[in-house]
Amino acid sequence: MGRMFFFIAEAFRALRRSASPSLAAIVTVVMTTLLLGVFIPVIKASSTTTENVQSQLALYVYMYPDATKKQALGAQKEIDKIRHVQRTELVTPEQGLARLKENIGKSEIGEGITQLKGKNPLPYAVVVHPDNANSLPAIQSSITPKAKNGKAKPISPAIEEVNSGQKTANAIRTVTNAVKVMLTVIAVLLLIVSLLLIANTIRLSIYARRREVEVMRLVGATNWFIRWPFVIEGLIVGLTGAAIAVGMLLVGKLTIIDPLAENFALIEDFHTVGFLPLIIVLLGASIIVSMLGSGIVLRRFLRV
Amino acid sequence: MALLPTRRRRSRADDGKPRSRPDEPAAPRRRPPIVELRDATVVYPGGHVALERVSFGIERGDFVFVVGPTGCGKSTLIRTLIGEVKAASGEVLIAGHDVDRLPKRRIPHLRRRIGTVFQDFKLLPNRTVYDNVAYTLKVTGERRSEIRRKVPEILRLVGLQGKVHNYPDQLSGGEQQRVAIARAFVNHPPLLLADEPTGNLDPETSIGIMQLLYRINRTGTTVLVVTHDREMVDKMRRRVLALDEGRLVRDQVTSTYHEESTSEFGVRVRAEMGVGEGHTNGEPAASPPRS
Repeated sequence: MGRMFFFIAEAFRALRRSASPSLAAIVTVVMTTLLLGVFIPVIKASSTTTENVQSQLALYVYMYPDATKKQALGAQKEIDKIRHVQRTELVTPEQGLARLKENIGKSEIGEGITQLKGKNPLPYAVVVHPDNANSLPAIQSSITPKAKNGKAKPISPAIEEVNSGQKTANAIRTVTNAVKVMLTVIAVLLLIVSLLLIANTIRLSIYARRREVEVMRLVGATNWFIRWPFVIEGLIVGLTGAAIAVGMLLVGKLTIIDPLAENFALIEDFHTVGFLPLIIVLLGASIIVSMLGSGIVLRRFLRV
Repeated sequence: MALLPTRRRRSRADDGKPRSRPDEPAAPRRRPPIVELRDATVVYPGGHVALERVSFGIERGDFVFVVGPTGCGKSTLIRTLIGEVKAASGEVLIAGHDVDRLPKRRIPHLRRRIGTVFQDFKLLPNRTVYDNVAYTLKVTGERRSEIRRKVPEILRLVGLQGKVHNYPDQLSGGEQQRVAIARAFVNHPPLLLADEPTGNLDPETSIGIMQLLYRINRTGTTVLVVTHDREMVDKMRRRVLALDEGRLVRDQVTSTYHEESTSEFGVRVRAEMGVGEGHTNGEPAASPPRS
């Protein structure tokens, strides 16, 4: 126990003495942790959205805006004939608008609907419920079979497009994947930078304390006795940075995300990581990074 | 410590108070010499031969000088003894244990039993005298109460009781070297190695340092002093090992005792040693010359 105090005291003494590199390392760790703290929920949220969309069990067949009710009913009849279709449901533009209002609720966007002033931009639509979620792709290709020229040709001329969860999911997934790759690359780069800066701090510390290390060896300190203060120094840098970042994230969550989530249906629907697991992950990452940073340098520069 | 078990127990028991030679008369069981080199050869990377087939032994409680010009291998000898440099061939034995065959993690424990003093003192500039000395004890995991007891005691022994809270740069060279000696001796190691301890000091201060080393030797600690000052050593009537280009060229007790009895240096240091025509403290004048 007394030893631990000795190590910690030595680490703080070293940090005080090399304040500017330590500060640089801490600031980098803050940046990295902060960005990770934003990236992780964003990536997670976009992934869950993709999953949600995929799991929706219906196909929305939209008519051209100028299609009449008769044409729409004709298209519905055609769709009813397709295998695996359990039931279909015609949604008139009026019903569509009502549903939209219901979904959006009394938020500001909902208020915006009144600005349409009686005009209804929505077309007729047919909601197709399959007997089984797995048959969705088959039904979709039956509604828009491929013509000989390779273009999709709907079974009824009134049909403009078929909006399946699949399609939306694919679109979202493409975007998310790109974002994910970018964010991951940035996060990894930042982690490497943090690691190197922590390593550099420790290296400077070792240089500054060459004499101390020499004396320690002369008077018979064991190798780990010499190493521990440096490891703890790296750990202090990493944890201080992470703690500052977590504090900033907490402030951000309380002042920006939470009020928004109350007002916005959009954000409320996102399922993302909880704040506590996020903090644990961030602190864990900073501990690992600082340990690695110190470890690499000690192995390289502290021949004991 | 497995290394030097008997000695350790003893130094624990009487807590390092100056004492007369412990194993007089001859111990019933013959113990190995505290330092023994057998045909030790040290080659540095690059092929420079620093020590070449050096053989000698030092008995417990001896006071031995190692002399020779710069680059003759004196410092290498010290570094070999504390396990910093490995012998390419031959054996380096401390208390009967081969330093080169010691597992790496035992080396620190070997060094705890060997005090080392250097020409440049190697003090920590940002710590007080007290902390510099306490550092050794902290590193070896000594209890706090022990540290609080031992440090003032050793500082009294080296005559620095008034400078406990000074920093090294507020001390004279001689005082700094006393701090270094205190640090090396605070554990009461059975062996003390001094590499040019007076190299940076004026003659007057050097006398004080040598007297201090003799006083330490009288407590039973074997002292090995490396110096390039052959003339000073010749006046001391102690065993002298002379190295030249890595080879041991002389190993004898200087026999010019009567000739230099008028030298102030010799007289004052010998007075401190208690070595005189009729000294009776049970201490042998020196080890018998080896050939």
